[in-house]
Amino acid sequence: MNPLAKFVGALIIAGALLFTLSPWVAAGFVILELMALPLLGVSGKTLLRVGATLSLAAVLAGLTNALYGNPHGVTVFAWGPMHVTAGSIEVGFSVALRILAIGLPGALLMSTVDPTDLADALAQLWRLPARFVYGCLAAVRMLALLANDWRTLSMARRARGVGSGRGPFAAIARVISQAFALFVVALRRANTLSIAMDARGLGAYSTRSWARTSVWRPRDWTFIAVVTALALGGLVTAFWINHG
Amino acid sequence: MGASKVVSDGWGWRFGANPSLGITGGSFTIAPGERVLLLGPSGCGKSTLLRALAGVLGDDEGISTGSLSLSGSSPSASRGRVGLVLQDPESQAVLERIGDDVAFGCENLGVPPEDTWRRVHAALSVVGLNYPLTHSTSHLSGGEKQRLALAGALAMQPDLLLLDEPTANLDSVGALAVRDAVLTSVRETGATLIVVEHNVNLWWEHVDRVIVMDAQGNFALDATPTEVLARASAQLAAWGIWLPTWHSPIVHIGLDPESRIGRDPALLSAEKLQVGLPRHNALTWSANLSIEPGSFHALTGPNGSGKTTLALTLGGLIKPVSGALLAATELAQTRSLEPYRWSSRQLARRVGNVFQSPEMQFVKPTVWRELAHGAKLRGLRGAELDTAVGLMLERVGLSDRAQAHPFTLSGGQQRRLSVATALISQPRVLVLDEPTFGQDARTWGELIAMFDELTRSGHAIVAATHDERLIALAGRETSLVRTQVENLS
Repeated sequence: MNPLAKFVGALIIAGALLFTLSPWVAAGFVILELMALPLLGVSGKTLLRVGATLSLAAVLAGLTNALYGNPHGVTVFAWGPMHVTAGSIEVGFSVALRILAIGLPGALLMSTVDPTDLADALAQLWRLPARFVYGCLAAVRMLALLANDWRTLSMARRARGVGSGRGPFAAIARVISQAFALFVVALRRANTLSIAMDARGLGAYSTRSWARTSVWRPRDWTFIAVVTALALGGLVTAFWINHG
Repeated sequence: MGASKVVSDGWGWRFGANPSLGITGGSFTIAPGERVLLLGPSGCGKSTLLRALAGVLGDDEGISTGSLSLSGSSPSASRGRVGLVLQDPESQAVLERIGDDVAFGCENLGVPPEDTWRRVHAALSVVGLNYPLTHSTSHLSGGEKQRLALAGALAMQPDLLLLDEPTANLDSVGALAVRDAVLTSVRETGATLIVVEHNVNLWWEHVDRVIVMDAQGNFALDATPTEVLARASAQLAAWGIWLPTWHSPIVHIGLDPESRIGRDPALLSAEKLQVGLPRHNALTWSANLSIEPGSFHALTGPNGSGKTTLALTLGGLIKPVSGALLAATELAQTRSLEPYRWSSRQLARRVGNVFQSPEMQFVKPTVWRELAHGAKLRGLRGAELDTAVGLMLERVGLSDRAQAHPFTLSGGQQRRLSVATALISQPRVLVLDEPTFGQDARTWGELIAMFDELTRSGHAIVAATHDERLIALAGRETSLVRTQVENLS
C-alpha cells in the first residue's frame, strides 16, 4: 500500500474523532484498529510496545479528567479538590479511548512506513516542492542520528575529562552543557548537509526525475474509502447515541 | 555531458565572521578538460575556493571580490553541472539508503530512472562500495562515507568535478582504486577536474597543472607538475607544501623498535579482545596487543575493518565485547585495571583520546582555552600554563588564531587543535584516530616531532591511520582485516 494512503487514513480517523466525545465510538475505533493493524503488517511486538506507551498516557489523561474534570451528574466521590461525578467519569473514559484511537494508527505509520517512501509519495503524488520535502526528510533523518551523536558526544566529553563530577548538580550541569553541544553539532551538521544537497543540484532545475516511482493503486483508494466509511459510520452512530 | 572552462577574474574572499581573514585570490583560467591539483598550506582557503566554484558559498558567509565563471556563467547558475565532494565525509549522506543517496543528484538533474539506476550501480562499483543498495548510510565507516559522497558526485557526470581530500580517509588500495575511478570518469566524460589532496604522489603524474596557494590565499604558482618541481621545489617545501620529492626527516617515531621497545612492561595489554560499538554487531576478529612505553603503534586496515572501534576500546571509552583489556598498575595506579571503568577525569589524565571528528571534542569557546583545558589536566597553572599553551600554539601554527572559536578553523586546523589538546596534557597513553588528516608538510612534521618527543620520554601512542607516511614511521603496526586480525612486525 502507498505510504500516503496510510498517512491519510490516520488523519481521517483523527479528524473524525475531533467531532465526537462519545466513548462508545472511540472504543469501537480502538477495537477495529486492533483487528485491522496486524492485517496491515504491524507486528504484535510493535503493537504491544506502542500500545503500552499509549495506554499509560491514556490512563493518566483519563484519570486526570475523571478526578478534576468539570463536575456534572451524580457525585460518586469527593475529597479535597477531587470531585468525581458520573459526567467526569464519562469524559475521562472518552479522553482515554480517544488517545488510543488516534494514537494506534501512528503505530502503523511508524512501523510500516519508510520516511523516504512517504517523502517520495508527497513529492510525486501531491506535487509538494522537492526542496521542501527532501529538506524535511533530511531533518527527520538527522533527528534519528541525534541519539547516535549524543553517545558520541558522551564519549568525546568523557575523553576530555568533562564527563564526571560528583553529585546531582554536577550531573545536571553536565547534561545541560552536553545538550548545548549536541545542538551546536546538529546545526553544523544541518549546514554541511544543506551545502551537500545544494551541491548535488537540489532545486537547480525545474524538471526533476524520480528514481523511485511512488504508485497509487486501486487498493489505496479502497483503503481510503473503507476508512472514510468507518469514520462516517462512527460519527452517525455518535449522533444516534446522543439524539436517538 | 561536457567540460567547464573555469575562469577566476581577480576572485578573492573575506569571511564575514572575521574580515581580517580571507583569500587574496587572483586570476587563472583552466581550460575545459584540464586536470588540476590545488595545493596550499593548511587553512589557506582551498576548501572555500572549491565551495565558491560549486556555487554553494553563501552570501551571508562573507564578501567576494572579482568573479568566478564556469564556461561563461556564474557558479550559482551552474549548480548541478558541478560535482563537489566535501572534506567532511560525515555529513554528506542525504538519504537513508546508499542507492537512494547516490541517485539523489541524478534525480535533481532530471536523469530518467533507468539511466539513474545504471549510473548508481556503476558509481558504487567504481568507488568500491559493495553493499546492497538498501544498506543504511549511517552504518558506513568514515572512509566508506567518503566513497559514498564520491559515488554521488560521479553519478551526476558533472562538467566540473571538485574533490576536497577525496582519499584522505581511504586505505592505500582503496585510494588508488578511487583515484583511478575518478580519472576514468573524467576521461570518459571529458570533465574538468580540480582536486585538493595532501597525498600528492597519488595525483602528481595524472594532472596537467598544479596551482599553489600561499598562506594568504594568493594563487602564487601555476605550472605543470614538472615545472613546479624544477622551478620552485625549495620555496614550496619552505611553505609546507607536500611535494613528491618529500623525505621524512626521521626513520621512526619513538624508541628504536628493534632494540628498545618491549623492555618495559606494556601500559595496555589486550588479550583475545573483541570489540563492537554499542548497539552494533561486534566485529568478527579478536586482537592481542601490547601497547609498550616508548612505542608508536599504528592501527591499519581497510575501511570498515574496525580501526575506530578498536581505538575507542583501547581508549577506555567503550566496554570490550569479550576478552580483556588491562592497564598496567603503573598506569592504573590505585584504580581498576580496566580503563573503561575509570571516571572521566581519571581517564583523561591517563589516556588521551582524539576522535575522527574533531568538532565533537571541543568543549571551550576559544582555541587558547581548549589548550588550557588540556594543560590543566596535567596540573599546570598560572605562568607555567600560559607558557605551555603559547608554545603549543606556536608549534601547531595556530598562534594567530588563539582567540578564534574552534569551529571557525579550517578542517586541517581543527584536526591539529584536537591532537594538540591531547598532546598538551601528556597522558601516558595517547589514542589518536587519523591524527594527520588534512595537514600540510610543515604541520605534519611538527606533529611527528611531538609524537617522537613524547614516545621517547616513555609515553605510548596508538594511531588509527591511513597515512602511508605515518605508518612508515611506526615501530609497531597492527593490521586489521574484516575477518581476523594479524600482527605485523
